[in-house]
Amino acid sequence: MKTPLYNLAHARSGDKGDICNIGVIARRAAYYPILVRELTAERVKSHFGELCRGRVERYELPNLDALNFVLHAALDGGALTSLRLDRQGKTYGFALLRLEVEIPEDLEFDILV
Amino acid sequence: MTARPLTVAGASGFWGDRNDALLDQVRSGPVDVVMLDYLAEVTMSILRIKKLRDPQAGYATDFVRALEPALELVVDRGIKVVTNAGGMNPVGCAEAVIAVAQRRGARHVRIGVVTGDDVFERLSELGASGSRLEHLDTGEKFSSISGRVLSANVYLGADPIAEALRRGAQIVVTGRCTDSALALGPLLAHFDWAADDWNRRAAGVVAGHVLECGAQASGGNFAGGWHVVPNLERLGYPIAVVEPNGEFVVTKHSGLGGLVTPAVIKEQLLYEIGDPRAYVTPDVVADFTSIRLEDLGGDRVRVYDVRGTPAPQELKVSITYEGGFRNAAMLTFVWPYARERALRTAELVLSRCQQLGLRIDAHRVELVGLSAAHGPIAPAPAAEPSEIVLRLAIRTPDEASARRFGHEIAPLILDGLPGVAAGPGLGGRPEPARIVDHWPALVPRDAVEPRVEILSS
Repeated sequence: MKTPLYNLAHARSGDKGDICNIGVIARRAAYYPILVRELTAERVKSHFGELCRGRVERYELPNLDALNFVLHAALDGGALTSLRLDRQGKTYGFALLRLEVEIPEDLEFDILV
Repeated sequence: MTARPLTVAGASGFWGDRNDALLDQVRSGPVDVVMLDYLAEVTMSILRIKKLRDPQAGYATDFVRALEPALELVVDRGIKVVTNAGGMNPVGCAEAVIAVAQRRGARHVRIGVVTGDDVFERLSELGASGSRLEHLDTGEKFSSISGRVLSANVYLGADPIAEALRRGAQIVVTGRCTDSALALGPLLAHFDWAADDWNRRAAGVVAGHVLECGAQASGGNFAGGWHVVPNLERLGYPIAVVEPNGEFVVTKHSGLGGLVTPAVIKEQLLYEIGDPRAYVTPDVVADFTSIRLEDLGGDRVRVYDVRGTPAPQELKVSITYEGGFRNAAMLTFVWPYARERALRTAELVLSRCQQLGLRIDAHRVELVGLSAAHGPIAPAPAAEPSEIVLRLAIRTPDEASARRFGHEIAPLILDGLPGVAAGPGLGGRPEPARIVDHWPALVPRDAVEPRVEILSS
């Protein structure tokens, strides 16, 4: 079965120049392996489509049950020159949490959205 | 002899943050040091524009406003205050602090000023004429911006701050330094950690990273449970109680609102980082994958086991340059066919701009309420929305084109499409904004000479 990532994880995003990073944190340690399996760099890159023109890197932080995604050329040149409403990618964490992820039928989780 | 723990409080995450957080931090419980971060890439650009208009300006004036009501308590209790509010003009900021101290009758307050970050005059010596200073993220050649450069500031580290404190400064004002140095500097001065004690330095950097964004480490902007954070109306800012071995407990004053849990701290640890195995600062390269957290309950989270490796041989320089102008207009369209009329309006404005011969390098059409923030990621709405805000933004090489674009908006009330509410952007002429863009690069560490000066009120 599938559920929006929002139910399994929370996220915070921010900017460094034209790079946006998104920290994704499992709401429970048991969800971390699901994040590792489901959230590949390729899938995140494809999810953001034209918003991210460069490569996407993924880093694992198992101590924190978290992944860090680094999206290059993702902010229309960066906050100082961008024409976007969200110049700093502050909402990109929520954009990622829209993603539908495959979970085991018997997984316990709170339906938040 | 074992030193006692050092309690470091955060009281500002950017220029624009709450000005009363400093007073809250010093009056609501015991703290040894308060750090206030004001600088972001955006802020340095704003400060540069201000200094171009007025040579006395160029620092975060909010710091002086935040300090004034807290100054008496700060002086009475011997609390150290460390800030990068100096921005593009640390000496000007320090002089404003002295003026406030004198006005408040606080005599002999020692203020440390850290300079040496400004290398604008030395850019050619640092390689601007050669093949260096290429863009840190994209690798572009510096020559593409060389005629448009406005400023260049190196990110300094914690050592000059520590030196200012050791020389008796109670308030330390810096220009560009890493945000984390605002915590590590006081820790180095207090604990005398060795210059090559990479693990403890890394722990200090992590403490600084947790505190540098103010309430983001105590329940503000918390995606993991925004609905359960108590008393956001009286949010307490974060505090790190640091032990001699570098481990620390993040907490907040118990009388104030907010939330300190592992989930809150994780969000902040991951904020604005790249490769977590190598968080590079002038002081140490910290490994964020080594960090361990323990929930102690009662808004207390222990952070321990932080590892670090030696500091890099190059420092990051933040260069700003002229990047043209931008302008944006917003118009509200109501049902029916709101989307169609909004898009037609964007088309007609851009077409008018073309007829007028305006120089437009780029434009963006966004429909707020449908897909402005996330574009194609946002699914199509199930029903036609009651209203949509059109946001039309442009970038131009010259100010005249950006200004003329602004004059094309108000006439739409009578000349354009029907069903437009006089919302934001209507009835007026949106003003152009100057773009000062940012160019990060590297310079050799030994080419940078931080300076510390102690002034007194």
